[in-house]
Amino acid sequence: MSIEFDTDAKIAEYAHPEVLVTTEWLSDNLGRPGIVIVESDEDVLLYEVGHIPGAVKIDWHTDLNDPVLRDYVSDEAFAELLSSKGISRDTTVIIYGDKSNWWASYALWVFKLYGHPDVRLLDGGRDKWIAEGRELTKDQPKPERAEYPVTKRDDRTLRAFRDDVLDHFGNPMIDVRSPEEYSGERTHMPAYPEEGALRGGHIPTAASVPWAKAVGVDGAYKTRKELEEVYLDGAGLKAGDNVIAYCRIGERSSHTWFALNYLLGFENVRNYDGSWTEWGSLVGVPIAKGSEPGLAPRVS
Amino acid sequence: MPTETFDSLIHDFNSISVKDRLNLLLEFSENLPALPERYSEHPDLLERVEECQSPIYLFVEVNSGVVNLFFTAPAEAPTTRGFASILHAAMDGLTVEETLAVDDDFPSKIGLSEAVSPLRIRGMRGMLARIKRQVREKQ
Repeated sequence: MSIEFDTDAKIAEYAHPEVLVTTEWLSDNLGRPGIVIVESDEDVLLYEVGHIPGAVKIDWHTDLNDPVLRDYVSDEAFAELLSSKGISRDTTVIIYGDKSNWWASYALWVFKLYGHPDVRLLDGGRDKWIAEGRELTKDQPKPERAEYPVTKRDDRTLRAFRDDVLDHFGNPMIDVRSPEEYSGERTHMPAYPEEGALRGGHIPTAASVPWAKAVGVDGAYKTRKELEEVYLDGAGLKAGDNVIAYCRIGERSSHTWFALNYLLGFENVRNYDGSWTEWGSLVGVPIAKGSEPGLAPRVS
Repeated sequence: MPTETFDSLIHDFNSISVKDRLNLLLEFSENLPALPERYSEHPDLLERVEECQSPIYLFVEVNSGVVNLFFTAPAEAPTTRGFASILHAAMDGLTVEETLAVDDDFPSKIGLSEAVSPLRIRGMRGMLARIKRQVREKQ
């Protein structure tokens, strides 16, 4: 049984209206068989404080990241995680979270690395749901175990590694961090902890488009027309471009990746999850300082 | 006097499952004492803990060699509130000497690295370091 899309007018304008739902749509579809709601937050306790009725929790750090390798969990562990949450391959998954869905879009991106067919984001996330006075509960569901097949993660299509970035010069890149991080004044977000990059600055030629330019005051994505102004008119992206987005550890750039890929319909957008905590510590890679994108390194 | 000792906290957290550690952290979070009026009306007196991902502010008072701690953090930041509340329970009312002698590695010893990730534990280390620095400045 497939779950119909949200036919909201704003969402219908996007290139892929099937991957985003409004709070109203979710409210109307609470408890519906075939749907599993997933909360994914920066703060690991927020779910326990109160969540959308029926939602299960998947934590970006303790569930999706391997505890030893700097990488995502194994194919087997991902299948086990989803099985334990009652998610099977044909489940419609709706993901939401705090901070305008940073971690929710990151989780959605990981679901897509595994090719999960139907996973959608709740536009505006946790904050919008709460701001509208919608129901929260502390009751934690005990999902009936599902059988999620072990699926090989695709690390080529939606994910970029550092060597891909080195080969990418000449194509557009989007740096979604704050202006201070881009210029190299600081290596971490204002008011966020230092996560260990040894150098400040950005990858040469990357355009600075802080992630928040994609959202309105309610934390929901801007309209397609507004997004085109930001990324096409503002950052100079053109249809057919091959784009890499990055930030500090890959969460804010997942949010931008989502906008470029699904809302504007770019067919070749990858998220560089190594991001600045890797690039800013790599020996010998080119770095640009200041507010200008800088020049691509000469290829010898 | 503190309501908890470091030893009992280390024991309590490590004797329960990882999932229960999160619930215990949530209990601490809910029990973080509210700021007294003299600070709630003067937020400028409080020091922001930059190591935390969520806004948390703290202030240390030293009176006749005894240290009192004050924290404030929003309800939407329960993990950070929990860290603050644990430190409050174990350190509010200690002497200056006892405060400065607190193990800097304590945040790594309560089994929360597994439950909340080491990255997040860093915020608690930041609070502890700032408490000690304020105590040194004010003793």
